[in-house]
Amino acid sequence: MKDILMLDSLFSSEELMIRDSVRRFVNEVAEPLLAPANEAAHFPKELIAQMASLGIFGMRLPESVGGSNASAYSYGLVCQELERGDSALRSFSSVQSSLCMYPIFRFGSEEQQQKWLPRMAKGEVIGCFGLTEPDSGSDPSSMKTHAKRSNNGWVLNGAKMWITNAPIAQLALIWAHTSDGIRGFLVETDRKGIICSEMKHKFSLRASSTGEISLNDCWIPDENLLPGTEKGLSCALSCLNQARFGIAWGVIGAAESCFDTASNYLAERNQFAKPLASYQLIQKDLVDIYNEIIKAKCLNIQLGRLMNTGDATPEMISLAKMNNCREALRIARMARNLMGANGISIEYPVMRHVVNLESVFTYEGTDNIHHLILGKYLTGIDAFN
Amino acid sequence: MKVLVAIKRVIDYHTKIRVKADGSGVETRNVKMAMNPFDEIALEAAIRLKEAGQASEVIVVSCGTSECQETLRAGLAMGADRAILIETSEELQPLAVAKLLNAVVNKESPQLVFLGKQAIDDDANQTGQMLAGLLNWAQGTFASNIIINNDKIEVEREVDGGLEKVSLKLPAIVTADLRLNEPRFPSLPNIMKAKQKPLEVISASSLNIDIKPRLTVLKIESPPIRKQGVKVNTINELFNKLHVTEKVL
Repeated sequence: MKDILMLDSLFSSEELMIRDSVRRFVNEVAEPLLAPANEAAHFPKELIAQMASLGIFGMRLPESVGGSNASAYSYGLVCQELERGDSALRSFSSVQSSLCMYPIFRFGSEEQQQKWLPRMAKGEVIGCFGLTEPDSGSDPSSMKTHAKRSNNGWVLNGAKMWITNAPIAQLALIWAHTSDGIRGFLVETDRKGIICSEMKHKFSLRASSTGEISLNDCWIPDENLLPGTEKGLSCALSCLNQARFGIAWGVIGAAESCFDTASNYLAERNQFAKPLASYQLIQKDLVDIYNEIIKAKCLNIQLGRLMNTGDATPEMISLAKMNNCREALRIARMARNLMGANGISIEYPVMRHVVNLESVFTYEGTDNIHHLILGKYLTGIDAFN
Repeated sequence: MKVLVAIKRVIDYHTKIRVKADGSGVETRNVKMAMNPFDEIALEAAIRLKEAGQASEVIVVSCGTSECQETLRAGLAMGADRAILIETSEELQPLAVAKLLNAVVNKESPQLVFLGKQAIDDDANQTGQMLAGLLNWAQGTFASNIIINNDKIEVEREVDGGLEKVSLKLPAIVTADLRLNEPRFPSLPNIMKAKQKPLEVISASSLNIDIKPRLTVLKIESPPIRKQGVKVNTINELFNKLHVTEKVL
């Protein structure tokens, strides 16, 4: 896609190099596996080792725990390039980095960090994040999962649902009520009393592994409690902020993929003896798509700048997640329409992006919830209660 | 054994090339640039020698404007140990580059110099050969496989009739063909580390080498747009089209 506003000039040469390296990995290695993985509804696990060797898991964390101290821009650009391939790839990486490694780093003890983070950076341990439950989605404080003190440890009971990576994870970060409020616990998935089963029959994010977690008198030792989570639910929500920032960048990668695919198609496909791209109605749609992508990128860049300086607030991240998911989904649908019947073919990534973005629009805070967060920001009135 | 790898900054191969309106060249403003893909293969070969313990140091060198530093950093991110830029804003043709590289070889005394077989912008396919000539070294061009054997390097070359194996006495020049290897993607930690690696800038004018272009470019133009083809139903119709209509048979 043409860089009309020369936005690349706002990134450092290292950031551009990181973006290009991941873009090549996605184009040359991942892309051929993605459509078949989507069709067969399985996560292409063979990509984990290569993603790890690129150094993208936990890239924002310090080198002492296996990270690279990378900038917010670098992280955003990596998400953008992964999702240009498929939202499933970006989801995998978001969960590993933002929802598992980040909380272990932020809320974990020194021992927990050294035990898990270097192996997670190498992709040897896969993590998942258990917050959502069958009856608890947008209102996470209504969760039923609870932990009770017992035998120098805790006993967990409850169920989690829609958990990305759960069926392939070795480590689950489980959020549960305790007598002192909600806390985060590290639960190894080979423990007695925890079962992670795959949720099949999805129309969307088919190349992502999604699971249910059931906890039946699952005992874990004291040292598995994340000690820094004493502030309860707000700790879980702070992880979501990291992930939502990545989503705001990621969906624009998917939108760009749709734009590139559609614009190539429109230049080559002739109807009424002229390329489709020569028609006014078509050009209007193409320009509208391009315009929204450029605007979303500007939004991401300013938000990334504020993330780098530590000035980003949850409201800002909600704004970007809300806008970019909505526009990416609209763009994907428009691109599908521009390509006519071929838009639904598995030969092109466009329909895959359409159905994936339906999920991304909903997860990590629905569109409505982000509106309410911003509504509260503007009016000072909390519409949740 | 020190290994020198020459790399060139070219327009990224994914980019659609646009010719400047006045026909003086191709548009490079606001165009994505990258390392010449054949040079990337050459560099990968050198890094693999180092990883196998057969090379002690890998040095990347490029000739051109200060923007080539970016390309050299990409080489350092792949795994080269240090970089040298011979800086000039003059137009450089293959003979000039070969002469500048000759000066670097004399300074660094590598046992092996890797280059891509050609650059994808001018497709000259001359620099490696000219450098071998200037140094009076053995050369193995179009390499698709290499094996270091004591003081020799065995090079499998892609030639018109198939593959040719040559054994070269070191020091030698090797130019990389497409099938020599598949270059790695630089990892994030290596990209960050590349910032710290040494990059020496030498002004081309300080070397007192005649780098004046020997050739004058008269005009650059886009290839003619291909005419739409037609489908034929029979051999006779095909023959008729080729012989009578197009007059190519």
